[in-house]
Amino acid sequence: MVNTKVNLLGIEIDNPIIPASGTYGFGYEFAELYDINILGTFSFKGTTKEPRFGNPTPRIAECNAGMINSVGLQNPGVDKVISEELPKLAKVFRKPVMANVSGFSVEEYAYTCEKINACEQVGWIEVNVSCPNVHNGGMSFGTEPAAVEKVVKAVKAVTTKPIIIKLSPNVTDIVSIAKAAESAGADGISLINTLLGMRIDIKRRQPVIANKMGGFSGSAIFPVAVRMVYQVYDAVKIPIIGMGGVSNAKDVIELMMAGATAVQVGAANLVDPFACKTIIEDLPNELAKLNIKDINEIIGGAH
Amino acid sequence: MYQGLYEIKSNVKLTESIYEMVLEGDTSSISAPGQFINIKLDGFYLRRPISICDYDDSTITIIYKVVGEGTEAMSKMNAGEKLDVLCGLGNGFDTSKSLDNPVLIGGGVGVPPMYNLCKKLIEEGKNVSVILGFNKKEEIFYEDEFKKLGADVKVTTVDGSYGIKGFVTDALKETEYSYFYTCGPMPMFKAIENTAITSGQYSFEERMGCGFGACMGCSCKTKYGNKRICKDGPVLEREEIIW
Repeated sequence: MVNTKVNLLGIEIDNPIIPASGTYGFGYEFAELYDINILGTFSFKGTTKEPRFGNPTPRIAECNAGMINSVGLQNPGVDKVISEELPKLAKVFRKPVMANVSGFSVEEYAYTCEKINACEQVGWIEVNVSCPNVHNGGMSFGTEPAAVEKVVKAVKAVTTKPIIIKLSPNVTDIVSIAKAAESAGADGISLINTLLGMRIDIKRRQPVIANKMGGFSGSAIFPVAVRMVYQVYDAVKIPIIGMGGVSNAKDVIELMMAGATAVQVGAANLVDPFACKTIIEDLPNELAKLNIKDINEIIGGAH
Repeated sequence: MYQGLYEIKSNVKLTESIYEMVLEGDTSSISAPGQFINIKLDGFYLRRPISICDYDDSTITIIYKVVGEGTEAMSKMNAGEKLDVLCGLGNGFDTSKSLDNPVLIGGGVGVPPMYNLCKKLIEEGKNVSVILGFNKKEEIFYEDEFKKLGADVKVTTVDGSYGIKGFVTDALKETEYSYFYTCGPMPMFKAIENTAITSGQYSFEERMGCGFGACMGCSCKTKYGNKRICKDGPVLEREEIIW
């Protein structure tokens, strides 16, 4: 038997596979297809203080080996997430879930995280710092070490659960951002969020997406994810959740060798709703082929 | 929703850009006319959502228009090839609201989902009128198929090369009906909205990510709250739509 259990910030999970926020909703659509309790956990739909409709449509553009989305954090707001979504989720998912929180000011991040922190179902809080900061000219929090530190400190001050900071790859130096998160008290780091991308419809001479630009994800971005996880692993001591274009069990192994303790699967869920189930089933076999008896021995194994 | 491999039984050109494909596989997940399937094609990242034209216990008929590289690739596929399909997606049409004399209005590539709907309504004993709108005679398909079901069929062409010259709404004004169902382009929807005198249901199109409600790529606002075209639609009721 191959061991696939890993310890993610104090909670043992059966395997390191975690559907990424925004590609798995609150789990119900997938629970219709298979028992989602096979997952390590999943990161639920990005939640903000207020309800958000998100961006105008079209929000989706296809790319070679990937896609661009500009959903714009559509969610019912933290109060409804707690009062409606989490009780519904409890009926189909009995493991601790990863909350995903976004905000447009430091105060909003703290407000939403404090409320989520009180939910028993939540095991970890993943804080997405890729949102524009309305108090700072719309610059993303995640592109400035000082802004990341502010968010982390404000969130840590009002929470007790492990805080994972989800980093944007759209930066000059990912290492300095990761170090800022760690020094401010983050318990873990997840990366990479989507790469900023764009497509133009050459017949209409117009951007495909209404919002013009969006987040590029899918298997095309996997090498960028491997590189950034590898770099950040060298620079910080806190655990890393790797993600970005993961589509199969071999990708999971590769990203863990780069330095990830657990791995999120994003766009693949949208193309193949059984992607995570297949990866979880394949993972022990792929590890066995490499004579790996315990998945923990490969974390950072490429360094 | 069901995912499986479906075998192409036939793939026939109906007009210059419209093809009819029959797929064999599990159809147990289909619960209403107007639902769609989402097809994975080799070499393309996202699936292609295509409305179900008709189905029985073991086959699905789809009719699609070649509009891009994905549908172009589909048009070149042969019988015997297999496709990875997500089946039984979306809400579909609600036939219980039709009353006795529903009218079905299909515009161009919006015609296909009207076919199985027509079949179901006739099975339910309804007196069904059908209006099929095209640009010109060469683009017409399925007129005879609808007639064989027993519907009263009117065809309109914009250039007057066949049937009634003008738009579907010109034929709608000449039709008595208790309720309407429609699928087609947005300008046609707006014309129907300005013309129709009863309640009805519209089947919408939107660029989708997943097709099964997970990604929020195809959301729209309605009077009943935010809806996902792929999961809570593609069919919306006239009363809830915000134009």
